[in-house]
Amino acid sequence: MSTEFIIAAIITVVGLTTPILLAALGELVVEKAGVLNLGVEGMMLMGAICGFGATVSTFNPWIGILGAAAGGALSSMLFAVLVLELNSNQVATGLALTIFGTGLSSLIGLSYTGFIVPVFGSVFPASLANDPYLKVIFGYSPIVYFALAMVPIVGWFLKSTRSGMILRAVGENDLSAHSIGYSVKGVRYAAIAFGGAMAGIGGAYFSMVITPMWAEKMTAGRGWIALALVVFAGWRAGRLLVGAYFFGILMALELYAKASGFSFLPSQFWAAMPYLMTVIALSVISMRDRSGGNAPACLGKPFLPST
Amino acid sequence: MAIITRRTFMQAAGAAATLPVLGNKAFAADKVKIGFIFLGPVGDYGWTWAHNKGREQVEKELGDKVETVYVENVQEDASAIPVIRDLAQQGCKLIFTTSYGYMDQTIAVAKEFPNVKFEHCTGYKRADNVATYNSKFHEGRAVLGTIAGKMSKSGTLGYLGSYKVPEVVLGVNSFALAAQKQNPNAKVKLVLIDSWFDPPKEAAATETLVNLGCDIVTTHTDSPGPLQILEQKKLYGFGQGADMSRFAPSAHLTAIEDIWGPYYVERVKAILDNSWKSTDTWDGFKEGTVKISPYNKAVPADVVKLADAVQAGYKDGSYDIFKGPIYDQAGTLKVKEGETMKLADLAVMDWFVKGVESAA
Repeated sequence: MSTEFIIAAIITVVGLTTPILLAALGELVVEKAGVLNLGVEGMMLMGAICGFGATVSTFNPWIGILGAAAGGALSSMLFAVLVLELNSNQVATGLALTIFGTGLSSLIGLSYTGFIVPVFGSVFPASLANDPYLKVIFGYSPIVYFALAMVPIVGWFLKSTRSGMILRAVGENDLSAHSIGYSVKGVRYAAIAFGGAMAGIGGAYFSMVITPMWAEKMTAGRGWIALALVVFAGWRAGRLLVGAYFFGILMALELYAKASGFSFLPSQFWAAMPYLMTVIALSVISMRDRSGGNAPACLGKPFLPST
Repeated sequence: MAIITRRTFMQAAGAAATLPVLGNKAFAADKVKIGFIFLGPVGDYGWTWAHNKGREQVEKELGDKVETVYVENVQEDASAIPVIRDLAQQGCKLIFTTSYGYMDQTIAVAKEFPNVKFEHCTGYKRADNVATYNSKFHEGRAVLGTIAGKMSKSGTLGYLGSYKVPEVVLGVNSFALAAQKQNPNAKVKLVLIDSWFDPPKEAAATETLVNLGCDIVTTHTDSPGPLQILEQKKLYGFGQGADMSRFAPSAHLTAIEDIWGPYYVERVKAILDNSWKSTDTWDGFKEGTVKISPYNKAVPADVVKLADAVQAGYKDGSYDIFKGPIYDQAGTLKVKEGETMKLADLAVMDWFVKGVESAA
């Protein structure tokens, strides 16, 4: 295996990993606030089309990214109003958001089908970005660095900041947080919007970086892998990064094994691996810690204050 | 002069709203309704786009006698049944179900409506009122293989496919055999991604094939994603189902286009003159169902000549890529010298030829 081969393989893994890492980081914050939003796939698609549409309209990928974040966040607000104001079932509402986002993105996308935009690639000087070796560090879209930077930021926010602790308090015991005067709904609105924006940027990675075009359902189920990843990582940002790259390497291994003619494992096995690993990780967590590990205690439960 | 009050306005609006419905019914008596079930959106620049072009040709040529209706984005599961049934209940006399995954659903609805005719694309189950039709895509693959075999510098070609179904197996084998005619050492690396449409996976699989030494990658999945990757890497590939050059102006050497219009027109005419029968049609270059898009200027003149010769050979019957000797992956002789595989054998082909490197 030559160095060039390894570098090319790493670049493929980064491409596979980045969108699920972004979406999972967003979902991590949402779940830490005690809300389970299964609409990640729908929000990613909304981000993908809004990012693409904004790029086509303005020729500016940075505005495209803002559009993607806005598209994801706005669609998540629909979910937020339903589950926070009307206390609707979070699982059902999240699934509805996925269906809604899939449909609405297709509808918006009708007028963008067949367009292409330039790849939102590296912003480093070409001498670094196109260098056969240095491109492994400098050759990526700004979204990749953003995703990597968000891992310690989210981890630090949740662990060490006052706002992060309030958010976790809301997720662990919403009634107590409420009784000492914190706005449970306000925190959850903010968390859900953040989750939507991150999923939106993750979706835009598909429509602006990997294949710079719009196609219906182009995220092809990555939102579900992001959801599994949050559980796999035991609701910790650091482990989320490791897990995302682990999943990314698994996805790349499947392709490399097939292209190299290895048939020791059926392809369906590879496709099921992320979910299988999540089940195993969940089992390990719950065997080690009867309380359910790091899972927020109020996850998925409606907030029903007595007053 | 009429004074428009809110009330009269509402009445007028109400009348206008009912008009199209009445109009439809009035027309239904004169015009024969033809229905289409589509897998994707008509704007997919691929499979469904091509079928919709065929529908438009029916409208254009027979629009005075027929009207067409279509439903997009119909899933290949049980939910297709009510959609097909709905078209039949609307009064469609002929319904085209344009993807393999509607096979059993088409048969099921056809039983409920014996007076409605159905045409199922790429399937093999027929009934008195269900015909099947398909395209010899593999003839087009022989042209792509010829170009790829001649133009590849590494002699290693990539093939990105969906599932191991005869349609894909035929394409892979046809491509590999044609490439080997130009370069006897040509190898084809095959990746099947278990999906017809998954742009990120198609993109990653293309990167993988390129990293393993392929300098030309052809696809049998539905998105232009792989072409965009090849464009970025300044390599070459081919469009699938329709001319995809707009997505990759430099990388897109040519494409296999599916031309369904003439067949649709012919079958609709058969409905109009009551001569429709359940048939099994499998057309190719000769009938015009398979077409090759304009070549990219990157294709040298001598390669264009070779590619055109393959097309001409299929049209006059002098060329067949499945002419022996053909060996399988293990090197066993499967088709003897002088023999040609029959259509019935092609329709169920489940083994790859020598030179194809695959995981299954």
